[in-house]
Amino acid sequence: MPIEVNGKSLEVDEEGYLANINDWEPGVADVMSKEDDLTLTDEHWDIINYLREYYEEYQIAPAVRVLTKAVGKKFGKDKGNSKYLYGLFPYGPAKQACRYAGLPKPTGCV
Amino acid sequence: MAETKQFFYLNRKAPYGTIYAWESLEVVLIGAAFDQDVSLAFVEDGVYQLTKNQDTTGIGMKNFSPTYAALGDYDIKKVYVEQESLTERGLTLDDLQHLTWEDEDEDWAEKDSITVVSRAEMAALMDAADVVFSF
Repeated sequence: MPIEVNGKSLEVDEEGYLANINDWEPGVADVMSKEDDLTLTDEHWDIINYLREYYEEYQIAPAVRVLTKAVGKKFGKDKGNSKYLYGLFPYGPAKQACRYAGLPKPTGCV
Repeated sequence: MAETKQFFYLNRKAPYGTIYAWESLEVVLIGAAFDQDVSLAFVEDGVYQLTKNQDTTGIGMKNFSPTYAALGDYDIKKVYVEQESLTERGLTLDDLQHLTWEDEDEDWAEKDSITVVSRAEMAALMDAADVVFSF
């Protein structure tokens, strides 16, 4: 079922990931997080924006291990662990944050 | 505890004519999550996978060559390219992407991932691996 974002209807796959990465706008993350009863803070946006930058550069979503290491390096050592990321994204940083960021489901995400 | 096995991924085909190159890369990235000792090797037309400035607009396929630059993030530090395969195709190391990894123990110093080896050295590397995946 498509999702409604700012008056536009956007296709998603059966797991809720955007069908077309180019459809993404910040409103996508807002709509998806509301469905999950999650309020996005600046800390959430740091991760979402980082994922989008990573995808832009490498054409893949990073594995969780890669993400935690990179987050620790970029945002501070206290944030470079899966506890911090799961605190922000309880359904899993890779799955949930990538979905909000409009990326395809990460390779090797089990 | 089980010992870490040495996994050796052999890439032999040009990037876009078949699905092998992309499939190999996906398997490598998935496998890297499991703390294996991973080596990648590029021989024959496989050396084209690492060339710079790939442009796939004419064939309507995703250009996945930027993904090779992510290998360092996945702790894949051993990328071997066969000298003879490069020479036979009129290529040199300068035609390939500069792949690096960051050494956490040395303040994230960037180090080269690619090593150019001879055909005989490549055979020895392959022989020493526990598992060889050929793509």
